[in-house]
Amino acid sequence: MALDKHEAHEFDVVVIGAGGAGLRAAIEASAQGAKTALICKSLLGKAHTVMAEGGIAAALGNIYPEDNWKVHFRDTMRGGKLLNNWRMAQLHAQEAPDRVRELEAWGALFDRTADGRILQRDFGGHRYARLAHVGDRTGLEMIRTLQQHAVHKGIDVFMECTITGLLKDGGRVCGAFGYWRESGRFVAFKTKAVVLATGGIGKAWKFSSNSWEYTGDGVTLALDAGAHLIDMECYQFHPTGMVWPPSVRGILVTEGVRGDGGTLKNALGERFMFKYIPDFFRAETADTEEEADRWYTDKKNNRRTPDLLPRDEVARAINAEVKAGRGSPHGGVFLDIASRRDAEYIKRRLPSMYHQFKELADVDITKEPMEVGPTAHYMNGGVRVDADTATTAVPGLFAAGEVAGGLHGANRLGGNSLSDLLVFGRRAGLHAAQYAKNFKGTLTVDAGQVEALARECLEPFERRGGENPYAIHQDLQECMQSLVGIIRTEGELKKALEELTSLRERCRRIKINGNRNFNPAWHLALDLRSLLTVSEAVTRAALERKESRGGHTRDDYPKADPELGKVNVVVRKAGDELTVIREPRPEMPQELKTLLAGDK
Amino acid sequence: MRVWRGDAKGGAFKEFRVPTEEGMVVLDVIHKIQATQAADLAVRWNCKAGKCGSCSAEVNGRPRLMCMARMNLFPAGEPITVAPMKTFPLIRDLVTDVSFNYEVAKTIPAFKPGRAEPDGTFRMMQEDIDRGQEFHKCIECFLCQNVCHVIRDHPENKPMFGGPRFFVRLAALEMHPMDTDARAEYLRLKAGLGFCNITKCCTEVCPEHIKITDNAIIPLKERVVTEHYDPVVWLFRKLSGRR
Repeated sequence: MALDKHEAHEFDVVVIGAGGAGLRAAIEASAQGAKTALICKSLLGKAHTVMAEGGIAAALGNIYPEDNWKVHFRDTMRGGKLLNNWRMAQLHAQEAPDRVRELEAWGALFDRTADGRILQRDFGGHRYARLAHVGDRTGLEMIRTLQQHAVHKGIDVFMECTITGLLKDGGRVCGAFGYWRESGRFVAFKTKAVVLATGGIGKAWKFSSNSWEYTGDGVTLALDAGAHLIDMECYQFHPTGMVWPPSVRGILVTEGVRGDGGTLKNALGERFMFKYIPDFFRAETADTEEEADRWYTDKKNNRRTPDLLPRDEVARAINAEVKAGRGSPHGGVFLDIASRRDAEYIKRRLPSMYHQFKELADVDITKEPMEVGPTAHYMNGGVRVDADTATTAVPGLFAAGEVAGGLHGANRLGGNSLSDLLVFGRRAGLHAAQYAKNFKGTLTVDAGQVEALARECLEPFERRGGENPYAIHQDLQECMQSLVGIIRTEGELKKALEELTSLRERCRRIKINGNRNFNPAWHLALDLRSLLTVSEAVTRAALERKESRGGHTRDDYPKADPELGKVNVVVRKAGDELTVIREPRPEMPQELKTLLAGDK
Repeated sequence: MRVWRGDAKGGAFKEFRVPTEEGMVVLDVIHKIQATQAADLAVRWNCKAGKCGSCSAEVNGRPRLMCMARMNLFPAGEPITVAPMKTFPLIRDLVTDVSFNYEVAKTIPAFKPGRAEPDGTFRMMQEDIDRGQEFHKCIECFLCQNVCHVIRDHPENKPMFGGPRFFVRLAALEMHPMDTDARAEYLRLKAGLGFCNITKCCTEVCPEHIKITDNAIIPLKERVVTEHYDPVVWLFRKLSGRR
């Protein structure tokens, strides 16, 4: 291999990203006999999955035996405003229970029912209590279980290693190139298959629940390699993030608060969600406070509280209340569980929330309401993949988890992310390993590609300019927050495109001082390229979808357009430009259409 | 704020002045310093919400998560000192080489489940897993490892000592209702449980408030005593020729 200048490795399957999807993919690829590498930007076990709180959605039927994959499928599709890839939604609903039981067999300790089975919790948009959980730290349980399982499987782990480009031999992926964060030295991987499991793009916004790693690297790697993106405009703003104090604004407040009995109130003390029940969900949503309260204990005879409408609906409602001047003192609304559940229950069910508010905001959630508001949370869209195999448009390139699009359509239901990671992480690992096994040709790594990527990484040290990467990142976040936030208009989106162009110009003048040893300014300078690319993709897709659907709300097109419901907005890269076109969604078979018919 | 700057070859505390606003935590100040005064200041962090355990450091001498250390904990106007964890080799500024912990993790005998119910699932009662769930709260910030004097003051002990984080992990495995493995010999011979003289420093710094000493280490010590040092068991072993 023409890589003598740099540290080089050779594998069958390289998994980029070590959150839930990456770990599950690596475990599966390795179990299939593939020589597997797992690469992550942080230390192992620190990926964003660790922050998931509420639970893993799976129709285990432990609480409600009437629950099954068909109901879960229907909830997922309706939550996604039917923009979902139906086959992904079907596989996800069918396989999630096995993936949860598998975690238990690997040592996870989920909260229990009285007869010793896995307890399930209510969550937005799910008809039945469906989320397997551990208090409000389910993500930690999941990532640690996977991590400890993986450690004994002979997977080579490359921690604190950032991939900046994929290598190709003709049309195929043949490797990946990056640097060690600690030393700044370059490293190249030759591999038959790459699985992208890099998560999302939340660091493009100012108020975000995401960790620093969420800079859209995987989306950018995929675009550069020739893969396609779908549904990028449908970015999810979680309705409940902390709003005060300023330094913690955006930190997530789990939907489990509402699942466990918490309600949203405005400054007048009104449970305002009753005013925001959309026609689409009217038949299955309670319209009085009495019925909503009865629903927590009797789901058969009552309809769900509107506090647990899907996230897009709740986020928009909060936004509207604040705009109308009925917000809380720090620009959010109140989330009250203190007046509805006793302190012991709250501390047992929501220990992290209790801890988080007590230590960061001096608020005791067993005594007073929380102040909450929307926060950038999750990329509903992402890299377009084949539902069964997780293959992208590029041979040898697979994607799973948040970085992949399709399952969630225009809006993801809470709890469907952790199950997504497990179901499609496994599928990506399985099919990547099979692809590697079946590939009989030879792959050659082109030294020119490697050197071009290395040169690109080093440019910021060599410039004379004087731009500061932190300042550019801050300006990008301001731009996306104010112009490509929850509510969008054509004028603002076009203005955002102009600002993105000028930010890109400034990026070319970034000057990094110091050396390559663990230099965060340099790391950010490189991450900014991805952040700008994904920001542009979201903005261009948002301009193209001239309607409001799920996570994408256009003030100038406030209604859903049935015609646009039939298409995905697809983003590709042609030369240096991003192109946007509409493509028809795959047609759903009749038997699944039947599942969606009817309101109950 | 006085922040350590340097690498394995040496370094010194450097003073920065930063205006603070309401609610700020130490990590916010570090980020402000990066953005405005020292762009290459190295620090590890991820979630900034006390959930990932990445931003461990020693603030005014006390090991803690920088993201959960509110600035109003400290007297206004007095300098705050931020230093990297001492027990691990320094990489740069506030970043240390914690690979020791990942090496220990690899040696721990894995979960070995017993037979499931006929329907393929486990039955476990909540009261039987409460303790295990306490241990599973661990966010691997390694503050307990950092403060443990068995390795803090004696790096030469590292090859024969697992440390509090891994005693918690081992206790979780040993107390898992479905686990069938026995790790007493591993604890005695490989993990160096006997080195611990239960000073509870680890419990004091745990941001998840896990009672490491009382609930994990002491029960494990009892288990080792029962299985290895009990005179009856010892005699049985001698007579039967089993180790």
